[in-house]
Amino acid sequence: MKQDPLAFREAAHKAMDDPRLKLALGRIKSHFQLGRGFAATHYPDFERLRDRGADIRAHALANLDTLLGTFERSVIARGGHVHWARDAKEAREIVLGILNESGARTVTKGKSMVTEEIALNPFLEANGIVPIETDLGEYIIQLRDEPPSHIIAPAFHLNKEDVADAFRAAHTSLDPARNLDERTTLVLEARQMLREKFEAADAGITGANFLAAQEGAAVIVTNEGNGDLTRLLPRTHIVVTGIEKVVPDLSDVAVLLRLLTRSATGQAITSYVSVMTGPRAAGETDGPEHFHVVLVDNGRTRLMGTDAEDTLRCIRCSACLNHCPIYAAVGGHAYGATYPGPIGAALNPNLLGLAAAHHHPNASTFCGRCAEVCPVKIPLPKIMRYWRAREVAAGLAPASARFGLGLWAFAAKRPALYRFGARMATRLLKRLAGKRGAVKALPLMGGWFAVRDLPAPQGKTFQEMWAEKK
Amino acid sequence: MTRVGLFVTCLVDLMRPQVGFAAVKLLEAAGCEVHVPNAQTCCGQPAWNAGDDKDTAALARRIVDVFEEFDYVVAPSGSCAGMLRNHYPDVLKDDPAYAERARALAAKSHELISFLVNERGTDHVIARCEATACYHDSCSALREMGVKAEPRTLLATVEGLTLEPLKDAEVCCGFGGLFSVKYPEISERMADDKISDAACTGADTLIGPDLGCLLHLAGRMKRQGKAMRVRHVAEVLADMGEGPALGEGEP
Repeated sequence: MKQDPLAFREAAHKAMDDPRLKLALGRIKSHFQLGRGFAATHYPDFERLRDRGADIRAHALANLDTLLGTFERSVIARGGHVHWARDAKEAREIVLGILNESGARTVTKGKSMVTEEIALNPFLEANGIVPIETDLGEYIIQLRDEPPSHIIAPAFHLNKEDVADAFRAAHTSLDPARNLDERTTLVLEARQMLREKFEAADAGITGANFLAAQEGAAVIVTNEGNGDLTRLLPRTHIVVTGIEKVVPDLSDVAVLLRLLTRSATGQAITSYVSVMTGPRAAGETDGPEHFHVVLVDNGRTRLMGTDAEDTLRCIRCSACLNHCPIYAAVGGHAYGATYPGPIGAALNPNLLGLAAAHHHPNASTFCGRCAEVCPVKIPLPKIMRYWRAREVAAGLAPASARFGLGLWAFAAKRPALYRFGARMATRLLKRLAGKRGAVKALPLMGGWFAVRDLPAPQGKTFQEMWAEKK
Repeated sequence: MTRVGLFVTCLVDLMRPQVGFAAVKLLEAAGCEVHVPNAQTCCGQPAWNAGDDKDTAALARRIVDVFEEFDYVVAPSGSCAGMLRNHYPDVLKDDPAYAERARALAAKSHELISFLVNERGTDHVIARCEATACYHDSCSALREMGVKAEPRTLLATVEGLTLEPLKDAEVCCGFGGLFSVKYPEISERMADDKISDAACTGADTLIGPDLGCLLHLAGRMKRQGKAMRVRHVAEVLADMGEGPALGEGEP
């Protein structure tokens, strides 16, 4: 499935016409909003926790160089390896190099947005390595050859019937007439298929929700336990993650975990929290022989020192998507990018370029719900506005919008002209509306009139009537 | 006497002067001396949201010049008041002649209904409106200005008015200024969700604090031939809630 962020408008239109997608997206409230709301209300002081989380992340970003240095030393001290990737290409090549060196042909993968960001799977496949996604949602969309449509629920756009279809098409060794009506049956079948893959894998790749510098630990949360099977069973474990994920130590991680799971699904904690501190040490009974961490920049340092820097605080909980009315209407795929929704609108102009990501920061009403639920208080509308301003400064804003706004601003800076214009406009609109009480269409305003009328004005401006009254 | 500069807002000036007169009436009833400078135009919000910092700054400087002499600046709109209060300090932060003045203006800028309740102690109105209504908060008023209880408190004192709770009241209606023009289909979907929630309450009237959202919702209902009346909260509170509603035609 090709991702094209510039086709957002068409993709959104198509998405809104899809009744099955609407059904799936309709679950956003029961799946996520209610849970997050309940968890936030029942935590003793969730606002204070958000403040602490924001402080921890801001402090970490302000000390990123030091913390990353500490993290690297801690990992090496435990016998692990740290690799630095400036961009997506370097990251892919580093991972391939590690896999080739260890002779790996089959790789299991835990859920990782950074590996989506760097398009790792197609690259590995092109180089003769078979990556197998082991998170249930990721497994499903891999079978369907789709990108994730949601950060923590990659197959959120699907209904269980879609999953049954995908399983029937992929699991050809099973009885084609088997019953796949129930969710539990689907889960059991995926588990059965994946079990063989886990046992056969030469290497495992996971992401990291957090890195603790002091302990040299990478931490992941899962609800399926697939992360542990991915990282523990194969000889080699590779963690691929962004450089911004580091915090001073595990006590900071503990605070952020409380925020992450509550903001994401409303859980007090996930079923599994895995703290990964390196290869199997002497006397330990499990763990990989080789432990690698690939730290990916891919534009992150470019954000430092800009007005969009706070974006780097993100802990990828998806609360902003889950409370975004645009995301709820169009779903994740319409964005045509790895990161959808408000966080995508904040990240993508840097990741994909201002021009390519044009729609993401623009397709927002600035309703502010995303910032209201963000566990680390990222001012998302403010950052989207920053990207719009950068677009204008770079001369990339659409000509029609620039012309209309320019004309309006010219008048608004000249009160006498503005008052005259408003007097003319209100009369004209009143006349056009006639007895109907609303205007049906006007030239150059197709966007407004495409879906709605314009209620008639009263026929005189307030300023006029006020002056007459005085 | 407390001198209030009424920031009429460009939409009220052009589309619904009655809201301005309602605001004057409510402010005077709350013991304010109301001034309406005629050199005001627009707060610059469309330019700001479009990323046009230069034009925004020019308009913001004008509003500071025109309104800084008053004790308070009050607007019958959460988004315009929010622009003055929350964004002007940002807009003008690099202008040495205006940075401090923008902060001072921000500190005394208010949305009309919350100003009446919180700053003037208004706890009831003398008004009548025979209607069953639901209230749409408008995101800027709700989240940017923190206005939620105030309009409900005052609406509860309007004779003849029954207020029904609106489901998902904190969800955006899809207006979003230029968003409504740039992404009409998404805006339409959001409006239809809101309109259907409003219809489910059994209300015959939708009341809100921001003319932008109301023009969008009333215009959408008009296009669909739906009969719900749409009114600005100031009109209802000022006992001007019985004339033609937004987009209502002549019989």
